[in-house]
Amino acid sequence: MVHALIDGVLTGSVYALMATGLTLIFGVMEIINVAQGIFVILGAYLSYYLQLHFGIDLFAGLLITIPTMFVVGIVVQRLFLARLKGPEKTAMSILVTYAISLVIEGILNIAFTVNNVQLNTSYTNKSFQVFGVYIPYIYFMGFLLAIVLLSGLYYMLYRTRFGASIRASLADQSAAALVGIDVKKVSTICFGIGIAVTAAGGMVFGATNAFNASTSYDLISRLLTIIVLGGMGSLAGALVAGIAMVTLEDLVGAIWSPVWSTMAFFVVLVVVLSFRPQGLFGQQSARAA
Amino acid sequence: MSTTSTSIFSRPANWIWALCGVLALTFPFYETDPAYQQIGVYTLIFVACATSWNMFSGYSGYVNLGAAVSYGTGAYTLSIIAVHTHPNNLPGSASEFWLIPLAGLAAMVVAVPIGLIALRVRRHTFVVITIAIFFTFQLIAINASFTGGTGGLSLPYIPWAASYFDVPFYYLALAMSIFAIILSALVRRSRFGLQLLAIRDDEDRAMGLGVEVGKVKLTGYVMSAFTIGMAGGLFALLQGQIYPQFVFDPLFDISIALMCFFGGFGTLVGPVLGAAVLESSQQYLTVQYSNGSLYLILFGGLFLFVILFMPQGIVVFIRQKAKQRSDQQIAAAAAAGSNA
Repeated sequence: MVHALIDGVLTGSVYALMATGLTLIFGVMEIINVAQGIFVILGAYLSYYLQLHFGIDLFAGLLITIPTMFVVGIVVQRLFLARLKGPEKTAMSILVTYAISLVIEGILNIAFTVNNVQLNTSYTNKSFQVFGVYIPYIYFMGFLLAIVLLSGLYYMLYRTRFGASIRASLADQSAAALVGIDVKKVSTICFGIGIAVTAAGGMVFGATNAFNASTSYDLISRLLTIIVLGGMGSLAGALVAGIAMVTLEDLVGAIWSPVWSTMAFFVVLVVVLSFRPQGLFGQQSARAA
Repeated sequence: MSTTSTSIFSRPANWIWALCGVLALTFPFYETDPAYQQIGVYTLIFVACATSWNMFSGYSGYVNLGAAVSYGTGAYTLSIIAVHTHPNNLPGSASEFWLIPLAGLAAMVVAVPIGLIALRVRRHTFVVITIAIFFTFQLIAINASFTGGTGGLSLPYIPWAASYFDVPFYYLALAMSIFAIILSALVRRSRFGLQLLAIRDDEDRAMGLGVEVGKVKLTGYVMSAFTIGMAGGLFALLQGQIYPQFVFDPLFDISIALMCFFGGFGTLVGPVLGAAVLESSQQYLTVQYSNGSLYLILFGGLFLFVILFMPQGIVVFIRQKAKQRSDQQIAAAAAAGSNA
């Protein structure tokens, strides 16, 4: 029980980080980035590659992988997503990002084969004791990393000028453009940030789970559930729903059976949406298409 | 789309339909290799599913990424009944085929509560909920006891010679595709179809004009589940063995959507063309090279190309080009006339 709770909060914060990237992208651009799952896996494989071939530590490697993923995000946004326009934009964005995800999945399968891998370090399997519960170091360090990055992101969003322009674009794009914000530039950088966080999320995910390219399906279904539950485009929603959902999943797994724990995720989603179609923190009941 | 033609064969499009129909009907006679006949069956299964999917999602704009829920429900309904009753013992061989419409009905029944929940929200959220519901179904199929779990279910053996094994399946799939196309065409020309299109264009305005949006969306959603469920049942019979990850397959969901967008989202011909091109090429590449990863790259790349350069799909792209050309010809003729 206690173990499930602690584990849920620690893992949940990593999901919250990845979901924040996703909700930021949706909020600013109305793009549903289905490729977020494969970007997480790509980030994990980047860390794996750096460690395997250059012996770079997982956490130190983030100094390389985070900027790399940021650039990948900007390139993807400029090449493909910036071209989407019109009333079917959001529906099209799902398909475009899905196609991108298929291409990356194919490349990863060829480059790294379909065998499962896991990121290992000297400290991955060591653990320490709190309240009589053994917690592996890597979970705790992942949690710290997620907290640091989330605080950084929130500081940027709420305490800087650029953050203000992002929040303005989140609230109302045309109004933001009217007061002189370069929405195009904000969109591009937001997409970059949204993808960059997957490098950190992917590293922690890869250190705590065995993965291959097709693990991305499982990831993206969870991340999408989290941001819908939190309210699409809501930053606080992604944070709360991310931690709450993973904790709930672990609790169900501990009390009932791990087999049905994923199910709890989707049952909660369906129940919440039946009463609050806009999600927990969603503000608009219906965004105009 | 102009529909004012006086004779059926006065428009070139109808000639193309007729030609495709003849080619499809005679396919097992000129292609006798079972491997390629099977490609034909799979292609037609996807033609039926994509057309049926488009009848709801394409017309209403509500992109359903959980079509495999209907497909899997159909496949499992048929398999469970077949396993428990062994209808092969009944008079007449292969009487399981009579279970196919039942598979479709089961998919419709399951679609009602799903539709009631998922259609409460607007488009973007709807997409995500359909994905979530899909994964719930996959999870049930993997873990419940009545579905046989990960081991799947084996259907009673169909005693046909290998040389013509696929032919009855082929014609059933063809019949299903024709049914789906005719139904989709009828819906498109009906008042109900116009209501779906109105929802796609502007749901609030449609509601203001008196369209009962909730009822119309639910009806469309449930209707589209029927053919997809039947196709799932046919797939189960063809395979003789089903596994949760193959009938509740996320790639199925997305393939259907890709086929429709590739051919032309919300058009009648688009899904048929998209399914015919993409599914047959996928099956062909699998038979030839058996390299799934390469296929993913090609498929994804091709799709990116189409969506970025012909965002409304191939059918609409060709129509626009044709219209541009005829407009230019008219303009040129007018210019020549005024000069003379």
